[in-house]
Amino acid sequence: MAIDLPIPALRRVRRLDAIWAETPGIVGFFTTVNHKRIGRRYFVTAFAFFVAGGVEALLMRTQLASAENHVLGPKAFDQAFTMHGVTMIFLFVTPMLSGAFGNYLVPLQIGSRDMAFPRMNALSYWTYLASGLFIYSGFFLGDGPSAGWFNYVPLSAKTYSPDLGIDFYNLGLIFLAVSSTVGATNFIVTIFKLRAPGMSLNRMPLFCWAILATSFSLVFALPALTAANVMLELDRKLGFQFFERSRGGDSLLWQHLFWIFGHPDVYIIFIPAIGIVSSIIPTFARRPMVAHNWLAISTVLTAFIGFGVWVHHMFATGLPQITMVFYAAASLVIVVPSGIQVFGWCATLVKGRPELKTPLLFTLGFIVTFVVGGLSGVMFAAIPFDQQVTDTYFVVAHFHYVLFGGAVFPIFAGIHYWYPKVTGRMYGERLGQASFWLFFAGFNLTFFPMHVMGLLGMPRRVYTYPAGMGWDAYNLIATIGAFLLAGSILLVVANLFGSAFVGRVAGPDPWGGETLEWATTSPPPEFNFPVVPTVRSVSPVWDRPDREEDEHRLQRGELVLDAGHETPATTVLDGELDEVLEMPGESWSPLLLALSLSLVFTMLLTSHYIVAAIAVGLGGLALASWHLKEPQDA
Amino acid sequence: MLRATAFLLVSSAVLAGCGANQSALKPHSRASGQIARLWWVMLAGSGAVLAVVIMLLVVAIARRHAGRDDGGDGRARALVLAGGVAAPILVLSALFALALRTLPATSAPGAGRAKLTVEVVGRQWFWDVHYAGTGAVTANEIHIPAGETVRLLARTADVIHSFWVPELNRKIDMIPGRRNAIVLRADRPGVYRGQCAEFCGLQHAHMALLVYADPPARFRAWLAAQRRKARPPSSRPVRRGREVFLSEGCSGCHAIRGTPADAHVGPDLTHLASRSTIASDTIPNTRGYLGGWILDPQHVKPGNRMPGTDLGGQELGYLLDYLQSLR
Repeated sequence: MAIDLPIPALRRVRRLDAIWAETPGIVGFFTTVNHKRIGRRYFVTAFAFFVAGGVEALLMRTQLASAENHVLGPKAFDQAFTMHGVTMIFLFVTPMLSGAFGNYLVPLQIGSRDMAFPRMNALSYWTYLASGLFIYSGFFLGDGPSAGWFNYVPLSAKTYSPDLGIDFYNLGLIFLAVSSTVGATNFIVTIFKLRAPGMSLNRMPLFCWAILATSFSLVFALPALTAANVMLELDRKLGFQFFERSRGGDSLLWQHLFWIFGHPDVYIIFIPAIGIVSSIIPTFARRPMVAHNWLAISTVLTAFIGFGVWVHHMFATGLPQITMVFYAAASLVIVVPSGIQVFGWCATLVKGRPELKTPLLFTLGFIVTFVVGGLSGVMFAAIPFDQQVTDTYFVVAHFHYVLFGGAVFPIFAGIHYWYPKVTGRMYGERLGQASFWLFFAGFNLTFFPMHVMGLLGMPRRVYTYPAGMGWDAYNLIATIGAFLLAGSILLVVANLFGSAFVGRVAGPDPWGGETLEWATTSPPPEFNFPVVPTVRSVSPVWDRPDREEDEHRLQRGELVLDAGHETPATTVLDGELDEVLEMPGESWSPLLLALSLSLVFTMLLTSHYIVAAIAVGLGGLALASWHLKEPQDA
Repeated sequence: MLRATAFLLVSSAVLAGCGANQSALKPHSRASGQIARLWWVMLAGSGAVLAVVIMLLVVAIARRHAGRDDGGDGRARALVLAGGVAAPILVLSALFALALRTLPATSAPGAGRAKLTVEVVGRQWFWDVHYAGTGAVTANEIHIPAGETVRLLARTADVIHSFWVPELNRKIDMIPGRRNAIVLRADRPGVYRGQCAEFCGLQHAHMALLVYADPPARFRAWLAAQRRKARPPSSRPVRRGREVFLSEGCSGCHAIRGTPADAHVGPDLTHLASRSTIASDTIPNTRGYLGGWILDPQHVKPGNRMPGTDLGGQELGYLLDYLQSLR
């Protein structure tokens, strides 16, 4: 904290420093439970998976650059697109948005000192890392999954995929579900109970609304995927017959279960991303969001309606017409909340005086691509058109506009926006803007031609195609675009990496932001805020008197909580101060539990069921040690 | 942002004039025509919506140096309601109605409303084609009478495939244990290419088919020929070739009606020589390609179910003589 604080205040800050300090060095690396450290760790890991998924994409684009190409054979190509999908969906986007952005920002934005369950937070990270490595180990052993990210049965059944690849997929995703469920539950409790006094739900930042909605979606959607994975693994390993038609099962059951998870997952992916957008727009438009409450409600509605549209992924399977008509109508309804959000952002920008800095540029790029992706998405509700272009490159174009446009643009906007908060330094603005334009051009060059390829009849997931179909030029353009896009990402990385050493010092609030993370130093201290802030509007940092009052209260020692490892809890709806919680400290247990789980899943993979059972016992021991009361030292 | 609109305009111009033979935008039937029309209507509507959003962003950017706007949020909220709620409900209701009107044209004709029923069975990685009630069986090529409504039944013998001939109709999945139906009709005689649209494993990329819409009289002659058993060998090399076929393992997987070969792992070869391509429209059905395929099918379609052979040159020659006699 600033040096010029009066003596009593300084003494309190010192005390907080001592209480919240974690073990330094390698031990602390394994035992930390601090949400910012875990968030940074999520960022690095998710970005590494992003690079892996990107390399897989470049390999595919190289193979498809021309007709009858021979860069990848069919087996390598199938593994590449399967791993690309699995990586981007499961190991990059959600861990990046909820794990990295959510972990780092939610406690800061709600004025808390940590997540509600810091050790669960550590467990969530370690299981994420372990399950990601688990899935990739199959790929590196040459036995990666190769039935696509949606892994349709019976192609993924033992008969047609006898290798271990599908088992890596099934068990890896069940393992990862542990991480996601633990993380989502933690967010729900944190957002409901740990908000600063005065932050009633209607004053909560839109990013937190987004994380809340996404976390609920995850908790309700994941069990369908996990159930499907368990059933398929039972079919494969123990001869069950959930999906085996000749013995009374049904392969279509997989598709229902998968998409009951899979469609909400689309919203799980982009809702936090639009939360980022809703954080950035008010800051750079210099005014609060127009219709803030409608946007908050739209976020929740999107997540909710998202559970009612999964069948539109299955329009070509020959379902009864009345079923399709119902789900097509639901798919149209979901446009309304998205429309409210798009026009809310536009109205805010028109009413405000936008400053075209890099984060806002990425945000504007997001709005355009997201609208294009939304419009092509609406087309799928026109049932016959869906049946014409589904499983073609038109779909590939559509969902990259929605997922890359809708999530990766906001992620890059958010990276630039919060870079000064996390590192304490500014990135290079001119390089940032240049990389945006390259990024935008590369993205559109890659994915726009895919609409055309699909309409011209090119199916997705083909490792090669004949010349003379009218697809060649579009494929070549897409490949060139993909390399441009990769180049722009390298540029961003270079900018951010270099700026960490030579960037201008940012100060606590370089943008004039409205939410609470800008009320503390950059980077924030371990305990986030020396005094627990109080909130009276959706833009607490713009309420100058309140923030000045924080300084006075620090001096008076009011709501500083410097007696122990503590954070305040408030009531769910109105955010009234309820009680002071004692927070758990560092621990080895989350890591040990994650390691035991890794052993469990590895033994299940190799069919060593007794060793797996022993590993479950080890996990139980780790859980027991987790709950041993730690010695009080303060 | 303007770039995206420009892209959209340019690409629609390009799309309209394109000359591929598997294009959803070159309809040759009522079903495909209605779907293509639906697309152009939706493209126009989408262009308009995108233009509105881009215009709003351009206005916001253009006014960024203007004086502070201290007015209330009333009009801004009205914009959110109009653009985010009212407009989508109106536009989407209209779209929904239009889409529902297109449904009947693309759906299967009721049983009895079509004179001809063709059953297609997807397999890793080719198509079995049965003409219901006639005993005619072929593979990877479907002949239909132009201008007549055909009921197409789609099922699978292994994993999920999807039958799709974009110039004639939308696709229909082939799912284990289910028998899906769709209408297949070509307005004019011609050849229309189709391709498996559901990822089905290693050779998904090489699972294409050709639909020949023939003038009705020619179609009936073709069908009559396909119903016949294979003609007996008429010369010594052909007879030797038949012996090679029956003794070298070919008959373990393939059927040739009129011979002891009656296995159904690979395509029926009874009238192989009447087809224009082999390996699911992967290579032309010429003597050279056919010979190369028989010796090393894994080179053309790595991972497919057909093993290579080590036939000597003379034996291969006889075998090719025989296969090429199967008209």
